[in-house]
Amino acid sequence: MLEIRQLTASVGGKPILQGIDLAVPDGEVHALMGPNGSGKSTLAYVLSGRDDFEVTGGSVTFNGVDLLGMEPEQRAAAGVFLAFQAPIELPGVNNANFLRTALNAVRRAHGESELDAVQFLKMARAAARQLAMPDDMLKRNVNVGFSGGEKKRNEVLQMAILRPRLAILDETDSGLDIDALKIVADGVNALRGPAFSALVITHHQRLLDHLVPNRVHVLAHGRIVRSGGPELAKELEKSGYAGLIAEAA
Amino acid sequence: MAAATETLDAVQSVTQSGYKWGFETTIEMDFAPKGLNEDIIRLISARKEEPEWMLEWRLKAYRAWVKMEEPHWARVDHPPIDYQELHYYAAPKKQQAGPKSLDEVDPELLKMYEKLGIPLKERAILAGVDPASFEGTQVAVDAVFDSVSVATTFQTTLRKAGVIFCPISEAVREHSDLVRQHLGTVVPTGDNFFAALNSAVFTDGSFVYIPKGVRCPMELSTYFRINARNTGQFERTLIIAAEGSHVSYLEGCTAPQRDENQLHAAVVELVALDDAQIKYSTVQNWYPGDANGKGGIYNFVTKRGACRGARSKISWTQVETGSAITWKYPSCVLHGEDSVGEFYSVAVTNNRQQADTGTKMIHIGKGSRSTIISKGISAGRSNNTYRGLVRMLPTASNARNFTQCDSLLIGDRCGAHTVPYIESRNLTAKVEHEATTSKIADDQLFYCRQRGLSEEDAVGLIVNGFCKDVLKELPMEFAVEAQKLLAVSLEGSVG
Repeated sequence: MLEIRQLTASVGGKPILQGIDLAVPDGEVHALMGPNGSGKSTLAYVLSGRDDFEVTGGSVTFNGVDLLGMEPEQRAAAGVFLAFQAPIELPGVNNANFLRTALNAVRRAHGESELDAVQFLKMARAAARQLAMPDDMLKRNVNVGFSGGEKKRNEVLQMAILRPRLAILDETDSGLDIDALKIVADGVNALRGPAFSALVITHHQRLLDHLVPNRVHVLAHGRIVRSGGPELAKELEKSGYAGLIAEAA
Repeated sequence: MAAATETLDAVQSVTQSGYKWGFETTIEMDFAPKGLNEDIIRLISARKEEPEWMLEWRLKAYRAWVKMEEPHWARVDHPPIDYQELHYYAAPKKQQAGPKSLDEVDPELLKMYEKLGIPLKERAILAGVDPASFEGTQVAVDAVFDSVSVATTFQTTLRKAGVIFCPISEAVREHSDLVRQHLGTVVPTGDNFFAALNSAVFTDGSFVYIPKGVRCPMELSTYFRINARNTGQFERTLIIAAEGSHVSYLEGCTAPQRDENQLHAAVVELVALDDAQIKYSTVQNWYPGDANGKGGIYNFVTKRGACRGARSKISWTQVETGSAITWKYPSCVLHGEDSVGEFYSVAVTNNRQQADTGTKMIHIGKGSRSTIISKGISAGRSNNTYRGLVRMLPTASNARNFTQCDSLLIGDRCGAHTVPYIESRNLTAKVEHEATTSKIADDQLFYCRQRGLSEEDAVGLIVNGFCKDVLKELPMEFAVEAQKLLAVSLEGSVG
């Protein structure tokens, strides 16, 4: 259960999040929508611990534990995963090595035994196959020379391998064709279960056709201005944000 | 995949901070008095039971040296060195006649190798285990402990192949003609200040001769270690590869922690005749000084290879993480037609370390080719300079050079400098130079940490990725050691 209470945060002294209240219970997938600049990505970064963002008030707990007091890697070990809007390139770092190092770091934090290269590769190949990704994705350097779509798919592959308890997807569907979109949705759907929850940031109803959310929230000017069921996204698709924001203001 | 696995394991297994190999052994030392004059040189020569020509050669170098001045063109800064305050000769005290076989090696020394993390099989070799059980994975170790070699292994296998691998002082006595014919032909006695000093006072080092058509049956490796307080170490290495022969030579170094700065001025000369190949790999991890730069090694080294023969090839690979000051330019003089020179380098500086390193590729022969891949990593308040020269002489028709120089900065108080000199006097010669400077970006670190990696593991991963093109040139055992070193030497450099 992710619980955000009265969260405020700023960047370089400029307030972005202005009092967010949001709860994502275990087993649920929530969609977060809203116009550009409303603070969606800022929320994703604050939840995952990027330090360019200053939390000025409020609290965030995940399964009762204070997330804001933890380092990014501790949050990762607690099961928080962020699929980046713009995945980062790591020249010379092999994707499989990167993922195995990450997975083993998380396993260590849980007191579990580390996977050796053979065990890991078997598992990673299976995950890649399930997402209809070619094996060579694992051999290439992390995001280097990847197309925009490949980068996004690589985020989903990482998510499938790391099996987080809370996945935050920051516009992972942007710029993807229909097939790739389905891969992203399948990636999340495959993880769905009582111990998994997700916060999916998106601009498009399209993704939500494949990935039906339990709840939809609309963020504007750093606040959640409306929450509702899956039908809210469809409504937005027709009427846009303008009326909704005016109503809230 | 095996290599990749070990990369990860190597990076992960490093958790200790500080210089983990800082200790001193208690082997008794035998010093010459401090200072340098012709009498000291006579003493060194006499102790080594050298022939007369060798003494004359040393004295000539000494007389050149006294007229020379320490070079100051490199981007390094240090207090003046008082050359009269150093000991120029130190030898472990010999037990009776000295260890003739490995069983007689001082147990203290074997313990030291253990602390150094020398691979088990090599320790076993040093401990005198039957070499037959190591067939196939052989590594011969000529261990240089301070100034005198105390253990030489695998001599029989090498001798069967006709390979000579011995301390240079022994070669001066036993293979006098070969040494006399080649010593100083690549790096002349008066080449530079430090080379002249080395020529006057060198006390040990290795000599390798690979006869015509022979592929050396094992990697040759030497572990250097400076261990005597205030003793400058002046190693001299000479490797000769006759027509059509192959040899791979590995050099690795660590040193104990101490307060006084220590001078190290080695000379390495390589000679490759027609179709011969020499691969020279170095992992250098001498004490870099503490976080304020106090107490590290001064490393002023002259390394040069001559590709004398047609189609000969000399390849330098180095990973430099240690020393307070590194002044080092492993070079190739490409005389032979279609000869090949290569230089692959990773130089890491952290805290107050200073490195001014690079290479020279001198193209003389037609169709000679050279490749330079240099990766400089600066962290802390360190300064890292690549200084390189590519020279195409009028005779070097259709010669080619490709240079790639990449710098990686960690933090905002360090410096990276690239000083490439290119001189082309042949219109058909081609020279390419590429250079990049990058920083470990905050978003790279955050990306790794978001996936669960600690900040230090993230730096290790990114740095090893940056150096991959060079590390893959190293022999396997060295590649693993080098990756560990990179991680250790950059600990605490972020945040």
